[in-house]
Amino acid sequence: MLAVEGLHAHYGRAHILHGVSLTVGRGEVVCLLGRNGAGKSTTMKAIMGLVPPSAGSVRFEGASLAGRPPHAVARAGIGYVPEERRIFADLTVLENLEVGRRPARPQLRPWTPEQLFALFPSLGAMRHRTGGRMSGGEQQMLTIARTLMGNPRLLLLDEPSEGLAPVVVERMAAAIAELKAEGLSILLSEQNLTFAGAVADRACILEVGQVRHEGPMDALLADAPLRARYLSV
Amino acid sequence: MEDLAVQALNGLASASSLFLVASGLTVIFGVSRIVNFAHGSLFMLGAYLAWTLTGLGPLAGLGGLWSFWGAILLAALAVGALGALLEVTVLRRIYGAPELFQLLATFALVLIVQDVALFLWGPDDKFGPRAPLLRGAVEILGLRFPRYELFLIAVGPVVLGLLWLLFHRTRFGILLRAATQDREMVAALGVDQRLLFTGVFFLGATLAGLGGALQLPREAVTLHMDMAVIVEAFVVVVVGGLGSLPGAFLAALLIGELHAFGILVFPRITLVLVFLVMAVVLVLRPYGLLGRAPSGAPPASEVAAPLPAAMPPALRRAALAALALLVALPPFLGDYPLILLADFATFVLFAASLHFIMGPGGLASFGHAAYFGAGAYGAALLFRHFAAPMELGLLAAPFAAGLAGLLFGWFCVRLSGVYSAMLTLAFAQIAWSVAFQWIEVTGGDNGILGLWPSEWARGRLAFFYLSLALCGAAVLLLRRAIHAPFGMALRAQRDSGLRAEAIGIDAFRIRWLGFAFAAAMAGLAGALFAYGKGSVFPSVLGISRSVDALLMVLLGGVQTLNGPIVGAIAYAGLQEQLARVTDYWRLLLGLVILALVLFFPRGLAGAIRRGGSP
Repeated sequence: MLAVEGLHAHYGRAHILHGVSLTVGRGEVVCLLGRNGAGKSTTMKAIMGLVPPSAGSVRFEGASLAGRPPHAVARAGIGYVPEERRIFADLTVLENLEVGRRPARPQLRPWTPEQLFALFPSLGAMRHRTGGRMSGGEQQMLTIARTLMGNPRLLLLDEPSEGLAPVVVERMAAAIAELKAEGLSILLSEQNLTFAGAVADRACILEVGQVRHEGPMDALLADAPLRARYLSV
Repeated sequence: MEDLAVQALNGLASASSLFLVASGLTVIFGVSRIVNFAHGSLFMLGAYLAWTLTGLGPLAGLGGLWSFWGAILLAALAVGALGALLEVTVLRRIYGAPELFQLLATFALVLIVQDVALFLWGPDDKFGPRAPLLRGAVEILGLRFPRYELFLIAVGPVVLGLLWLLFHRTRFGILLRAATQDREMVAALGVDQRLLFTGVFFLGATLAGLGGALQLPREAVTLHMDMAVIVEAFVVVVVGGLGSLPGAFLAALLIGELHAFGILVFPRITLVLVFLVMAVVLVLRPYGLLGRAPSGAPPASEVAAPLPAAMPPALRRAALAALALLVALPPFLGDYPLILLADFATFVLFAASLHFIMGPGGLASFGHAAYFGAGAYGAALLFRHFAAPMELGLLAAPFAAGLAGLLFGWFCVRLSGVYSAMLTLAFAQIAWSVAFQWIEVTGGDNGILGLWPSEWARGRLAFFYLSLALCGAAVLLLRRAIHAPFGMALRAQRDSGLRAEAIGIDAFRIRWLGFAFAAAMAGLAGALFAYGKGSVFPSVLGISRSVDALLMVLLGGVQTLNGPIVGAIAYAGLQEQLARVTDYWRLLLGLVILALVLFFPRGLAGAIRRGGSP
């Protein structure tokens, strides 16, 4: 479904991605792992076109997306949930969802605010609250709900568990499992291995802007030396 | 009593049209972050188009009612379409450019529109028809109120209400509000920003055009409307809080009433009053009445490359050769070139002093002419009231301007970005108003005449050498200061205020002193300019002179040492040459500036340094 090949990206003069290659299959949840600064967020931004890739290709359902502007990538069916959440603080929950709304896609049940409130019940109780007056966990749910309003086929989820209370992390994992059951493909980036282990099928470990290891999530969880090599601080 | 009520009503009517213009400005700024200088030009075009459309065209055949109201609406929509066109052709290309370049580009549009209007409608004032249905006056409680004023008073709240509905009840409005907060995120959600931006310019320009068209029955249409309106609209937007519509409405009421009652209560200081209120508001509430501080950390300013320690040898040789020519050639020149060269010297110093606070200091000043004028008036007042000779005048000028810089700077350097720039503009307007209205002391519009150099410097050649020596020395002093520990501290606080504070630099104090020092140097330039002309008029403090200085610095390139020198000579020379060959020099100058902004975003000196490749 998504095939990234030899992706390079720069922030100003700093060369961040040195040829990242990865794939995400239909209905699959792939987790990007790696230490801080390994290039997880930049990989997602480069796929979205928020950081224009300097080389490499991004193919999504047969279409070439590298070099396209962010709105075109989003319209092609890739939904992006940023690490910083980037809720529109002056807009209400419903208005935030409205900004994310895109027309329905063929063969896909379109998301409505009501369905999203079923997925994240606490959001339904605060439809008219402005984004700036919500807790971090509520904002995290809203940012995912807002992206789902665009009816994406693939979701890029950047560190969804970051900074959340353990109870909220559990609820988030349940919601992601539900999305996976709906058939949505997900590329996830995580620091929290427990969380990643609960939702992901496959793991990609990044180091200095390159994929160093790729394999089933279960195998990674069972292989302590491998984890120590790439993930322990 | 009757006077008061009529004045209050007058104020409300003015507030309505001010709000129309300011709301467009604030909406455009909110989404695109562009401070659109050309917004006043759109207002003016609205008025001219309405004048033309009411007078002729197919609408005139439809009878009184349609020919007037149809013309007003058509004029507003036509201006809206023009705004959208400008966005697509010009502004879209400069969203990523530094703030000041965007300003420069929109100022170029002001120049272009001015000459296009002059070409299409001629220099004479135009008087419009009165509004059908709204002629005459109504009587309320025994007082007679003009119907049209009452209508205008209603327009403000109605437009505010409609805008509120647009922003809260339509998808387009919600997207605009979202884009005001985080443009990139809106794009990542699949919204094509280009349509949003074109749409917002259409909306803002339509409001400006409507404001202008509705003025038609109230006042004559003139070529000076654009600058008058844009300055007022800036005041309203800044006092209300950038990006806040209710704030703009409140501020428009405040400013409108202030104008109306100022004439009754303080007829002598009406002009000062508005800017004084703006200065007070900004000092008490730095982000305006209803504005909010930008959320999160201040946007990381693009870090300027470190200044080179020395000029490349080739450039150094060229500069020395130019200087040698400037010393050796003048004895063989006639009076006119000598006058020009002396003017150029003062402009170079004026630009270099502004560059000092803009480049190394990182503060944009929209009112640098205040200090140029403070120097000029300092010398002229000493001459007029104490018959002081030129030597004393030239000595006193930097002190007069430096004191003004200390006073105004204390307020201005507390704020940053657009707010600080607007405060410098407000103080410059206050200085201008004082010179204009305090006739006993300054001579008002008649200026101060007979301000000639001392006997020994009266010859054109001698005066040129004096200008060259003083300006040259002052420019060298400014350059020396940039490389001195003081200049390093100044650059440190520009690049990161927090880090500079953390290593013990008192950023406020450094900025304040830098501002005053630059003001003093501008004062010297102003005094020399005044002695060169033999007179001083309030125009030395005017907005257009401040803009001249800005253009010189921006043309030359803000982050280059030689920028102000190249920029001043290029700009003054260009203006002079163009004025000589055509009446439409503003149009050509505007086009040249636009081309420079689009193709040489680093300024002339930056382009030369990099071998001419843009």
